[in-house]
Amino acid sequence: MTTPLWRTVFSIIRKDLRAELRSRELVSTMVLFALLSVLVFSFALELDRTARQEVVNGILWVTLVFASILGLNRSLATERELGGMDAMMISPIPRMAIYLGKMVGNFLFVLVVGLVLLPIMTILYNMVLIQIPLIATLILGVFGLASIGTLLAAMTAQTRSRETLLPIAMLPVIIPLLLVVIAAASTVLKGDDAWNWIAVLGLVDAIYAALGLLLFEYVIED
Amino acid sequence: MKSDVSAPPNGLRVMTIATIVLTAIGFVLAMFVARTDVDQGDVQRLFYFHMPSFFGAFVAFIATVVGGVNYLRTRQNRWDTLALAGVEVGLVLAFINLLTGSVWARPIWNTWWTWDARLTSAAIMCLTYAAYLMLRSGIENPEKRRVFASVYGIVSITTAVLTLVIIRIVPNTIHPAVIGPSPQNAEGAFEFSQNVALALGPNFIIWGFLIPITLMWWRIRLQNRADVVQLRKIEALAEG
Repeated sequence: MTTPLWRTVFSIIRKDLRAELRSRELVSTMVLFALLSVLVFSFALELDRTARQEVVNGILWVTLVFASILGLNRSLATERELGGMDAMMISPIPRMAIYLGKMVGNFLFVLVVGLVLLPIMTILYNMVLIQIPLIATLILGVFGLASIGTLLAAMTAQTRSRETLLPIAMLPVIIPLLLVVIAAASTVLKGDDAWNWIAVLGLVDAIYAALGLLLFEYVIED
Repeated sequence: MKSDVSAPPNGLRVMTIATIVLTAIGFVLAMFVARTDVDQGDVQRLFYFHMPSFFGAFVAFIATVVGGVNYLRTRQNRWDTLALAGVEVGLVLAFINLLTGSVWARPIWNTWWTWDARLTSAAIMCLTYAAYLMLRSGIENPEKRRVFASVYGIVSITTAVLTLVIIRIVPNTIHPAVIGPSPQNAEGAFEFSQNVALALGPNFIIWGFLIPITLMWWRIRLQNRADVVQLRKIEALAEG
C-alpha cells in the first residue's frame, strides 16, 4: 500500500515550507547572497547606463544560479544529516514523489529570490524588469535550475567533497538552459517578441524534468 | 568476463591494425591527395580531422549513454566500464577537435579563440565530461560511484547535443556549417566540392567510428585487467 503520488508530493512540499517558515534559513541566506552579488557586480563592472542594459540579464542569472546552488546544497544536505531522507526512503511512497516534492520546494525558494531581485534591480539599474515575458522567463528558468539541480544535488550530497562538487557538476550541465534564458531575456529587454524563446525554454525544462524523474530513483537508493 | 592474462582477442587485433593503416591512408588523403583550398590554403586541410574528431567524440559520448542506461537497468559492471571508456576516449577526441579548430582559426579568424556560441559550447562539453571524472573520483563506494556516473553520463549528453545543434539555433555564430547552408555571419566556409568529399568521407569514418571504437575497446580491456588485478590482490590478502 503506497500513499498516492500527489498527496505525498504535497506533504513533502508542506514539510519543506513549514521548516523554512520556522527557520527562515534557506531563503534568507539566498536573498542576502543575491543582494551582495548584485552589489559586487555593479562595483566590479563599473556600470554606466549603456553597459547596464547589456549585462543586467547576465548579472541576474549568474546571481540566481549561484544562489540556487547555495540553496540546493543546504536543502539536500539537511535532509541527509537530519535523517529526513532515510525517513522518506522507508516510508511506503513512490520515489518519484520525493523528487517532485524536493524539486518544487527548491523551485519555490529560488523563485522567491528571483522575485525579490526583480524589483530591486529595477530600482538599482533604473530599468523596467517587471514585465510579463520576463517573469515567465524567470519562472521557467528557475524551474529548469531546480529540476536538474535537485537531481545533481541528491548525488553530490552523498559524496566526499559535497558542497564543492555541486557547482562543478551543475554549472556545465545548465549551460543549455542558461543560453536560452539569456536569449529570451535579452529579446524582451530589446522590446521584441520573445515567446518563441520562452517556448524553447519550456522544452529545455521538459527535458531536464524528464531526466530528473527518470533518474532520481537511482541516485537515492542505498 | 575474461580473467586470464592473454593476448588481445583477434577482433581487437584486426580492428587495431585496420585503424592504424586507415588512419595513415586518411592522413595521406587529407594532406596530399585533396587539392589545396583556393582561399584558405593548406590550413583548410585541418578540417578533415576537425569535424570527424568531433563526431568521434559524439559517438564515444553516445556509448557513455548506452553504458549508463544499461548499467542502471542490469547492474552489470561491464556497462559502466563502457561508459567510462566512452568519456575518456570522447574527451581526447574533443580536445583534438578544439586544438585543430584553434590552429585553423588563427589564420582564418585571426585569433586562437573567440567566445563564439559553438566554441563556448564545445568547451563546456569538455568541462562537463571532466566533471564526470571528478564526480567518479569523489565517491568511494564503488557501487554508488557506478550509479552516479551512469546518471551524470546520461545527463551530460545534453551538452554534446547542444554543441551539435547550436549553430542552427544561435543566429550570430561565426562558425561555418558543413551540412546545409552556413549561418549568415559564418567566416571561413568553403565549397563542399567532390575534392573535399574525397578526403572527408574516409576520414569521417576513421575518426568518427574506427578510432573511438578501437580506443574504447582497449580501454575496456585495460579496465577488465585492472579489475582482475584488484581481485587477485584481495584474494592474496585473504590468504596471507
